[in-house]
Amino acid sequence: MITDIDIALVDWSRAQFALTAIYHWFFVPLTLGLSFMIAIMETIYVRTGNEEWKRITKFWMKLFGVNFAIGVATGIILEFEFGTNWSNYSWFVGDIFGAPLAIEGILAFFLESTFIAVMFFGWKKVSKKFHLLSSWLVAFGSNLSALWILVANSWMQYPVGMELNPDTVRSEMIGFWDVLLSPVAVNKFLHTISSSYVVAALFIIGVSSWYLLKKRELLLASRSIVLASVFGLLSALFTAITGDGSAYMVAQKQPAKLAAMEGLYQGKSGAGLIIFGVPKADAHKNREDNFHFKFEVPKVLSLLGYRSVDAFVPGIKDLTDGNKEQQIMSASEKMEKGRLALTSLRSFKEFKKQNNQAKADSALSIFRANAQYMGYGYLNNPDSIIPNVPLTFYSFHIMVGLGALFILLFMTTLYLSLKNKLCNKKLLLKLLILSLPLGYVASESGWIVAEVGRQPWAIQDLMPVSVATTHIDATAVMTTFILFAVLFTVLLIAEIKIMLTQIKIGPEGGKNV
Amino acid sequence: MLKKVSGIFLQIFNFYYEGFCSMTVGKKLWAIIIIKLFIMFVVLKMFFFPDFLKTRFDNDAQRSDYVFERLTSPTNK
Repeated sequence: MITDIDIALVDWSRAQFALTAIYHWFFVPLTLGLSFMIAIMETIYVRTGNEEWKRITKFWMKLFGVNFAIGVATGIILEFEFGTNWSNYSWFVGDIFGAPLAIEGILAFFLESTFIAVMFFGWKKVSKKFHLLSSWLVAFGSNLSALWILVANSWMQYPVGMELNPDTVRSEMIGFWDVLLSPVAVNKFLHTISSSYVVAALFIIGVSSWYLLKKRELLLASRSIVLASVFGLLSALFTAITGDGSAYMVAQKQPAKLAAMEGLYQGKSGAGLIIFGVPKADAHKNREDNFHFKFEVPKVLSLLGYRSVDAFVPGIKDLTDGNKEQQIMSASEKMEKGRLALTSLRSFKEFKKQNNQAKADSALSIFRANAQYMGYGYLNNPDSIIPNVPLTFYSFHIMVGLGALFILLFMTTLYLSLKNKLCNKKLLLKLLILSLPLGYVASESGWIVAEVGRQPWAIQDLMPVSVATTHIDATAVMTTFILFAVLFTVLLIAEIKIMLTQIKIGPEGGKNV
Repeated sequence: MLKKVSGIFLQIFNFYYEGFCSMTVGKKLWAIIIIKLFIMFVVLKMFFFPDFLKTRFDNDAQRSDYVFERLTSPTNK
């Protein structure tokens, strides 16, 4: 079936979505993390009455405002794309996505946008405590916005709490709490927001390090670094814990993604975790675990993925060809079941039109029995279930490697700051400035693992991306791709330029945002 | 009562008005926001991103039939 699909259209639609999502994510982590750190700074100010903390709060609030203003509404573009480029998908998920996105729009967005005005305009107009409350509500509001989006994304990775209506081909929510509290959603939310806090902490440390190098704003910079180091260290450690939870869920629900993350072609019991390595170019072709070199910790992948050091971790070959010993169904068998699901769904509709209820019921029961493999029915090759292994492998290892580096950096900056020795470490200060973009690299890499690793699925096992697209001209999607590339690049340049100008001016330049 | 309500609205209006007037870098940011929203909602949404199913079909039954056809026999050529 899939041979009839316009691959250029699918590729351009995917490229456009990836482009807009990546650009959108340049703005989000800073908003999520900086809002909380600003609220903490203001809390210290309100509790101590120390005017320097007010100055510190207002300075970071100004940079928060720049990021918020330029980033706001960039995510709406993704919703435009759902309606135009991904209409089959949008129809299919309608009810599941509708509820979380409506809650996001009504509750979180209004909470965020109402109190952000008080945060910026209300310094001399509302009481200290009400202003502080507004800052906290902005922080909670922005994080609450992220919750609903991440719940929707998690549902695509692990579709629970739904039932497909065979008459309308729409997913209907049968368990709101199953969708909201699915283990994938909980882990994804906690992992994403905590890693965003790390990005924001690196931002504060990077900017403050620049001030220390320039021998400017020493009190502001050193206080900010201590606070960001504590916040960043706790967040980074929590990110590691939630990362473990996420990897465990990937092992249970998306084994092909886990195999790609580790470049594992041949499944094995007691599989080791590759800390770093370079797979050979022919590894994919030969389906062998061939590396130029690798540093592997024995049995850890089995332990992390299945909570047992001797557990079997399926490789890509096991998932495509099947493994009877380990009771793993081959992709071909799943494709058969998927085709049966699709033909019985079609028969159901035809019998219903003919008013043949008995045959319609029979077709429906066959569909229900095979519905979990529905997406496989669109594939024409077992290899289609394999994501891009090198991209997933390297993105995963970059994310984890940088995460470990950040923990070390936060510990070092905290120790040296408390000992009053950071100002003299010029090389370290330069490294801390460099770590600012590395936070974004780690964050974007995480999303690449999550999204590239789950290919070919738009909705895990139910709908491949090739079927999710709208039947439109690929040239139209290519045109809008270019438009977005230009628009978002201009916004990003504006963000960086205004941000750099404000950092150079410092806290004294302009009392208000 | 009416006087009290209008007083609250006046206070809210003044709060925003004075806030906007005292902005420095914020004025530039608002210009960026307005231009961005104009490009997104007027140019992109209206001319480049019509909702495919909403604009092509009159009701949900037609939309459902179309998607059903696409999903059970996808020939997107």
